[in-house]
Amino acid sequence: MSDFFTVSVLVSVFASGIRLATPYLLASLGETIGQRSGVLNLGVDGIMLLAAFGAYYTALKTDNLWLAVLVALLVGLMVGVVYGLITVSLHAAQGISGIGIFLFGLGFSDLLFQVWVGTPLPVPHKLPKLSIPGLGSIPNIGEALFQHNLMTYGAFMLVPAVMFLLQKTTFGMNVRAVGENPQAADSLGVSVGRTRFMAILLGSSAAGLAGAALVLQGGIFQANLTNGLGFIAIAIVYFGAWRPLGAMAGSLLYGMVNATVVQLKVQGTIPRSASDLASMAPAVITILALVFLAGRVKAPAALTKPFARH
Amino acid sequence: MKKLLGASIPLLAALVAFFFGAIMLVALGASPWEGLTSLASGAFGSGDRIAATLVKATPLILVGAGISIAFRTSVVNIGGEGQIVAGALLSTMVALAIPDVPRILLVPIVMVAGLVGGAIAGAIPGALKAYASVNEILSTIMLNIIMLQFMNFLLRGPLIDPLEVEAGTRIPQTARLSDNAALPTLVSGSRLHLGVVIALLAAVAAWAMLWRTPLGFRLRAVGHSPAAARSAGIKVERHITYALAISGSLGGLAGAILVFGSESQRMVTDGSTAGFTGSAGFNGIVTALFGGLHPLWTIPSAVLFGGLLTGATNLQRALQVPAALAVALNGIVVIFVVSSNRVRSRLEELLQARSEFKNSSGGDGPSADVDSLIEEVEHA
Repeated sequence: MSDFFTVSVLVSVFASGIRLATPYLLASLGETIGQRSGVLNLGVDGIMLLAAFGAYYTALKTDNLWLAVLVALLVGLMVGVVYGLITVSLHAAQGISGIGIFLFGLGFSDLLFQVWVGTPLPVPHKLPKLSIPGLGSIPNIGEALFQHNLMTYGAFMLVPAVMFLLQKTTFGMNVRAVGENPQAADSLGVSVGRTRFMAILLGSSAAGLAGAALVLQGGIFQANLTNGLGFIAIAIVYFGAWRPLGAMAGSLLYGMVNATVVQLKVQGTIPRSASDLASMAPAVITILALVFLAGRVKAPAALTKPFARH
Repeated sequence: MKKLLGASIPLLAALVAFFFGAIMLVALGASPWEGLTSLASGAFGSGDRIAATLVKATPLILVGAGISIAFRTSVVNIGGEGQIVAGALLSTMVALAIPDVPRILLVPIVMVAGLVGGAIAGAIPGALKAYASVNEILSTIMLNIIMLQFMNFLLRGPLIDPLEVEAGTRIPQTARLSDNAALPTLVSGSRLHLGVVIALLAAVAAWAMLWRTPLGFRLRAVGHSPAAARSAGIKVERHITYALAISGSLGGLAGAILVFGSESQRMVTDGSTAGFTGSAGFNGIVTALFGGLHPLWTIPSAVLFGGLLTGATNLQRALQVPAALAVALNGIVVIFVVSSNRVRSRLEELLQARSEFKNSSGGDGPSADVDSLIEEVEHA
């Protein structure tokens, strides 16, 4: 354990923690918007898988990372349209529909991967690190905070953007209104359906970006690449108390826990067999956090309730 | 009329899934007709195929029946994968501990161990929901992840086959389990084993429990309205825990059957949950929804989806279409079944068949209003 607490190790764990937090953050920010409008999208993991494959395949074929990210965004948007039609237009139960989306994403991304790629090849280039001039060269702090890829910077800049969107814009007020009391919002002339549909589109686009971040940081795609990451992102929304800053704190926690587990495995501090036990940490922390926070934070009142005028 | 519409939803869902499947086959450059025939012959083409389909259907029947019980109590159980693993692990450990018990005793003992393992994995999220208001969808999914890592830990470490350590290959699997624990085959020379019969009996028992016992009545009362159940003196929290424990126990039984009905007679991991369960925990959700959340209708539904799974492996062999196609189609079936509510209510208005609503004896036919049931559950 002694050689874990050296400056260089701590700095690199911190830096990779921030990097690993990126997909969690993008997915949970998007899900926060959706849930504030009253829609629980359990399909995040499936969307991430589909988008991750889209980004991976594009990067593999064109070596153009911008295009890869754009493809992931569009895949997320497309699935969002389907999910919106099902849950908003057809009033389907949100949780189980999301599981349907998850299964579809799990199977379909694997199917396309096997047919179009077959043997797992790494993408020609992963997301490049971009050192911020000046700040990036501060010893230690620079390496930990200011030498990341553009998607990581972008994800963290989205936090104030989503806060602004939810708190200061008309759209954000509508989102919160239809999430708390759709009947009242409806009687004031806010279109519940349209607002929720927009929130779903934003959320699933963000999930698409999360998929891109995951695959372009790691560089390789495989079946079930996410391994439940999308579901953990949903849990982060719960114990982030449906706030962007909460989502950021939760995502950083998971990023740091993952980075620590990886570092301890690499160092051999924990025996190989016990590393499987250590990999339980994120899920165990999630359950404990949910127990601790249950009843302490209040969910949007209309969460999971389809809205129909009577 | 209402009932007719209710029964038509699964058929429509199957048609839509086939339609999407055909589109995907065309996109993959295979003929849809060849695809369908190779799927069908792979699933039901010979005695061996039918046996394989029934073996595949076995965990789906169990998980599906369990999920039906949970749903009827207003609890969503997405934890089938973890519960299967829990049951498999506990029954494996029991078989390793007492290998010399006579077969007539050891087979029932390991099956009960499976039930207990699954029940524990179900009772944890159940109690967390009942007493600490933890969303069971999230906690069951987290338990899936936890059980996966626990399985990998045990099979790579404490439970690994000593021969693998000796040989230095360290394949993560247990030693060959006692022959006294193996499920007997029903037809000699076939893969069809007693597990199929156990699953059928369990589905009947689940149905009888729900609609013919006081416990089942109380569970359904809680599912229908927790507040009303409470004022009638039913201990709501305890019954929510029971529902997930019972649901989980059926998954655990499926896990034990997977181990002791396997050709290798050992528990093996490839590092993923699906590698052991074949995703039965998720496919069981599809099976249950398709069967109208009714334990008995889960049986034909499971045979159909078991056929899809065995047929898909044939498809892979014959036409090089990956078997992952079946998983994608399952997703489409779920989406279609749950979104058909609105479509159906439109049809109902047209047919003016609203008079005989609310007649859910459950004794005959799949529940006509699965979607409204799902909605009630998710808003509880």
